[in-house]
Amino acid sequence: MTEAIDLLLNTSLWASVLRIATPLIFGVLGALLCERSGVLNLGIEGIMTMGAMTGWLAVYMGAPLLVGLLIAACCGALMGLLHAALTVPLGLSQHVSGLGITLFASALAYYLYRLLVEVGDLPPTIEPFQPLNIPGLSDIPILGPILFSQAVPTYLALAAVAVMAYILSRTPLGLAIRMTGENPHAVEAQGLNPIRIRIGAVVAGSALMAVGGAFLTTTAFNSFFPGMVQGRGWICIALVVFASWRPGKALIGALLFAFFDAYQLRLQTAIDGVPYQLFLMAPYVLSIVALVLVARRAEVPAALMTPYRRGER
Amino acid sequence: MRLERRSHVPLYLVILAPLAAVVSALILAAGLIAAAGVNPLMAYGEMLAGALGSKLAVAEMLTRATPLIFTGLAAAVAFQARLWNIGGEGQFFVGALMTAWIGHSLGLPGWIGIPVLMLAGMAAGAALLAGPAYLRLRFGVDEVVTTLLLNFIVILFVGLMVEGPMRDPLAFGWPSSVPVDGDFRLPDLIPRTRLHIGLIFAVVAAGAVWLVLARTVFGAETRAAGLNASAAAFAGISLPRTIMGVALLSGALAGLAGSVEVMGVTAGVTTTMSPGFGYAGIVVAMLAALHPAGVVAAAVFVATVFVGADAMSRATGVPSFIADVIVALCLLTMIVALMFTTYRVRR
Repeated sequence: MTEAIDLLLNTSLWASVLRIATPLIFGVLGALLCERSGVLNLGIEGIMTMGAMTGWLAVYMGAPLLVGLLIAACCGALMGLLHAALTVPLGLSQHVSGLGITLFASALAYYLYRLLVEVGDLPPTIEPFQPLNIPGLSDIPILGPILFSQAVPTYLALAAVAVMAYILSRTPLGLAIRMTGENPHAVEAQGLNPIRIRIGAVVAGSALMAVGGAFLTTTAFNSFFPGMVQGRGWICIALVVFASWRPGKALIGALLFAFFDAYQLRLQTAIDGVPYQLFLMAPYVLSIVALVLVARRAEVPAALMTPYRRGER
Repeated sequence: MRLERRSHVPLYLVILAPLAAVVSALILAAGLIAAAGVNPLMAYGEMLAGALGSKLAVAEMLTRATPLIFTGLAAAVAFQARLWNIGGEGQFFVGALMTAWIGHSLGLPGWIGIPVLMLAGMAAGAALLAGPAYLRLRFGVDEVVTTLLLNFIVILFVGLMVEGPMRDPLAFGWPSSVPVDGDFRLPDLIPRTRLHIGLIFAVVAAGAVWLVLARTVFGAETRAAGLNASAAAFAGISLPRTIMGVALLSGALAGLAGSVEVMGVTAGVTTTMSPGFGYAGIVVAMLAALHPAGVVAAAVFVATVFVGADAMSRATGVPSFIADVIVALCLLTMIVALMFTTYRVRR
């Protein structure tokens, strides 16, 4: 028992929280952006897989790491465009299309990986992002290593939260996006085009999801393998509900989740005699519990999952 | 240009839609096969030969189609009522696990034990989906996320059981659960192949589901709940009861898939025994436009793609993941094709 408490006082635990949270932050922001405009994007799991593969592949073929992230974002945006084309102008079921995108994007990622990469006994590796010590700040005791000695994508994720919160709540664009998710007819009445706004939001949101996936292969690990996203996309979908569709709360949700994940990983080695699978289950169980707790007072965007057709009520 | 709802859907469109979807998906995937430096026509020829070219190949394909019919039915029933059961994979595994657990030491003769084990698998699958259905009805929690997350929880639980309490001490290599007793292995349908009478059970199940959906009050309520929930409620249909009934039926069918797979093919449970039967069931259901008879045909098609792709991959070197790509593309092209059956394009 004391060991379990000792673990909590360990700086490396808290430093890993931010690291584990990074792909979730990107994913949850992406899902949040899509849903704020009124489109549920269940393609997230596949888009993250696609991002993980393409980002890694770009670096493996010689691109700089940041260019790898950019390429991942572009591939994610393409998948988002496909989802948007099916669900927004055509108004098809967002559930089924999203699942289709997940199946398609993951299958395509695995197929292209097998096709383009020579895999021996061990998957080939790249040189991943290294922790970047921010001069001055990273020397602060305790807080330094926790906050200011992270890899570049982690700082990008935190910046993305601020940018997303600012755009959604303080700019005309954000107002238009939120209004499209609440009442697309009102948007039309304002002379804006809800179809274009939704397509744009889904494309941009999907790009963010893909960057979250790329974090896995360019920072957390240094290789790509099938099944590596492991339901992180679905957890992001749950986190959006938990966060009441707000970027700030989404960050808190992702950090909270990452804390439990980091803690269970360490408890696995500290506590003997408990099957490791029970610890691995904890994050998924926790997501379901979180959903149940907030479901009653969730402020769902009113037009979420309602396709918009001009002149149709 | 705008879309206008058809007042009547002609039969030829109902049949044409999945065919058009499959052909478009195959054309799109041809580009990827060509990118691998292989002639797509030749590759598709190899696939057909690999899945249908010999008695053994057909038997293997039908063996693969059997669980897909069950999981396809599970998805079709649920989707008819707009209950988004994406947890077929998890329900498959709990059905399989329950069957292996009881079937290892059940002291009954085969002819009674097999139905008992099938019921046990169905009960496990139904119970697993009852949870998310309850959470949706009681708290308004979206069942898509809960059923998806449960898939991961169940796979971990299966891992825990086959490495721990249910471990087969005689199994080599991958951890496997104890096998079901020999009395409860399903008899072969074609001797010296893996094809077992589970295929017959699956086709019977499709007929039964069709009867229930088309000819019973529960079936009418199910379809009404899916078409327009508020109208159904206004007409006096109890939505919670209908949704829960659909959940139990859907979960039971997916659990049965796992139960039959254990008794017919694997004997013991491993974490790798399903190459995504639950997820592929969703594609099967959509390709069938949620119709039980169509599910059988769609399951045979999807099984052909999977079994054929393995053979094609061995012959040509095209990665066998092409099967997953083709199946996923079919889902996407099918929903577009379905749109053209319900709407017409007007200038």
